[in-house]
Amino acid sequence: MTHRFRDLLALEPLSADELTFLLDQSKPFQEIQRHSLKKLATLRGKTVALAFFETSTRTRISFGTAASRLGADTMNLQAEASSLKKGETLLDTVFNLNAMKPDCLVMRHAASGAPDYASRHLDIPVVNAGDGTHEHPSQGLLDALTIRDRLGTIKDLNVTILGDILHSRVARSNIHLLGKFGCRFTLCGPAMWVPRELEKIAPGTPIRCVYRIEEALSGADVIIMLRVQTERLNDPPLSANDYIMLYQLNAERLRLANPEAIVLHPGPINRGIEITPEVADGPRSCVLEQVTNGVAVRMAILYLLVHGSTETDTHPALEVKPKESTHASD
Amino acid sequence: MLLIKNGLVVDPATKREAALDILLDGEKIKEVAPMGKIAAPADVEVFDATGLIVAPGFIDLHAHLREPGHESSETIETGTKAAARGGFTAVCCMPNTKPVNDNASVTRFILDRAKAAASVRVWPIGAASVESKGEAIGEIAGMKDAGIVAVSDDGKPIATAKLARQVMDYCRSLDLPVIEHSEDVSLAAGAVMHEGVTSTRLGLRGMPAAAESVCVARDVQLAELTGARLHVAHLSAEASLEQVRWAKSRGLRVTCEVTPHHFTLIDEDVQYDSRFKMNPPLAAREDREALLAGLADGTVDAIATDHAPHEPALKDVEFDRAPFGILGFETALALALEQLVHSGRISLMRMVELFTTGPARVLGMERKIAAGHPGDLTIFTADQPWTYSVKKSASKSRNSPFDGRAFKGGAMATIVAGRIVYRV
Repeated sequence: MTHRFRDLLALEPLSADELTFLLDQSKPFQEIQRHSLKKLATLRGKTVALAFFETSTRTRISFGTAASRLGADTMNLQAEASSLKKGETLLDTVFNLNAMKPDCLVMRHAASGAPDYASRHLDIPVVNAGDGTHEHPSQGLLDALTIRDRLGTIKDLNVTILGDILHSRVARSNIHLLGKFGCRFTLCGPAMWVPRELEKIAPGTPIRCVYRIEEALSGADVIIMLRVQTERLNDPPLSANDYIMLYQLNAERLRLANPEAIVLHPGPINRGIEITPEVADGPRSCVLEQVTNGVAVRMAILYLLVHGSTETDTHPALEVKPKESTHASD
Repeated sequence: MLLIKNGLVVDPATKREAALDILLDGEKIKEVAPMGKIAAPADVEVFDATGLIVAPGFIDLHAHLREPGHESSETIETGTKAAARGGFTAVCCMPNTKPVNDNASVTRFILDRAKAAASVRVWPIGAASVESKGEAIGEIAGMKDAGIVAVSDDGKPIATAKLARQVMDYCRSLDLPVIEHSEDVSLAAGAVMHEGVTSTRLGLRGMPAAAESVCVARDVQLAELTGARLHVAHLSAEASLEQVRWAKSRGLRVTCEVTPHHFTLIDEDVQYDSRFKMNPPLAAREDREALLAGLADGTVDAIATDHAPHEPALKDVEFDRAPFGILGFETALALALEQLVHSGRISLMRMVELFTTGPARVLGMERKIAAGHPGDLTIFTADQPWTYSVKKSASKSRNSPFDGRAFKGGAMATIVAGRIVYRV
């Protein structure tokens, strides 16, 4: 089965079938991460523009690494807010980049919907690398891949997300992806960050908001931690000590979850705030696998959007026989 | 002289809905009589309104003409041309120009420009506070002398309850209505749309409906304290409407207006398209239902457009950065017909009232089709199909969410002071 993707702006509009396809496409690239020689020539001669209008370290490096391992060249833009101050509009900046003829635009922006807006004005594929508090599709995919590898399935799981859900694009992408596979969500954090409206953002997906971590963890198969952004602690002013007391994931609280439960965190981690080092570094933690899988997922995305948009032959990576997973595939 | 014949006159002031002919002489109505009964001179100009509705001239209580200071988005000339196309014979222009209309010289400038270039009557609204900064009271008596019809710090509320109280006291003594853009700015800070499931899903910062209703509650309490005439601008939330209902039930001199976009669209219509971004934002489904009920039961006094042109360079940016506001003149009547009349929610008479006698009353004026009254008439069709194309708009700007929308009914001719300023 194949699917064609023009852009990857959000996971919300994608079907379970399309999402499964994206995850399956990532498998051979996971395999490549284990090789000593990791570079392919699949996208040789292609250029990927990385336009990060908001500070990012790991996502930018991950996309950059994915592009280079596919053999593509990259052009980098780290604009942040500075170009806005110079008076250039987002569209002008993007048109300028496009005039250098990249084959794909990977874009992060502080404004929700900015990649969607840019894509309406561009004819090259646009990949959303995180937009405001909307979505972070590649993170949602890499989380799902990580869960599938660890638990053997992403179907019908109890998923608990802890932290500032309101302002989290990661949480939204997690919900829109895993929700399509029958997962049930429990969102937990201080009430200002976990408004009831969240229960209705994905019709058909059971989502409940709770405010006691013990209730949130009970019966959880997957625990997704969100970084407590220190800037958010200031709006509204909230005591870090209160947060730790009420919502920090520690080993004792983790015991309330299912015995096989795994812990994900998109990083960067604030050790000692939302999660204790014991849990972050413990056997249930998937933090570093997530990072490794991030490169594989992003290789798959770039491959499908850049290569898939111009040619139809199979890529060399697919000729690498993936090692049989010990778990059943979805 | 101008004879409007064969039309169906709908006049809320006289409660008449009848086949009447109207003879205009100079700037005024000379005679109103049953069809065919007016003996007009042979050289009279005749407008055949067969199949059309003839109403008193529409008044828009709330518009931004952008001149002086923001002429790249709109001018008095282009804005009033768009107003005429929409059937409006008079528009009240908000003072948030550059400079702010907070003194008599700016008011006079606006009226001079209107005299030279406007298609319809321009009734300026003066700033309540100097530069609308909410610190000192504006030159309100001087502006009244120059021709303002109301005061407002539109774009934002009068900053503090204390100043709002003082402005209301002062305006009561001057017999001017105080128009409030009701918004608790701390609750609305940083928000770009209505707070609800849609804002949560899109990851756009929302303002709760309470951002409006908290301020409406403040203002109606102050209206009671001062006895002032308070008019709530672009009311969008059910809770705000309840406040107005409460005020009216106590006999307070409180009125309110609703915009066509708020009774047509809801927050769920917002994608990342800045043409759907305005303040107050498109509200919840239940809010819209409440507004429709308020329009029907008489709680709402007027339909006002909040025509807010922004040139493409300003508006065509990411949603977060786009300024608030959309065009309103050219689609208001068609939307009212579509949402209110064709849907069976209100009568044609009530709709005409919301565009004419309703807003006139807010300003302490009269609107009537009778001999001796100003020759301002709006002639429209209630059923002819047409499609709105914003690129053909008379406005300088293009920020309408209704571009490409198919309508049934709209303005066919606009008559101001006895003169046809627009006809299809």
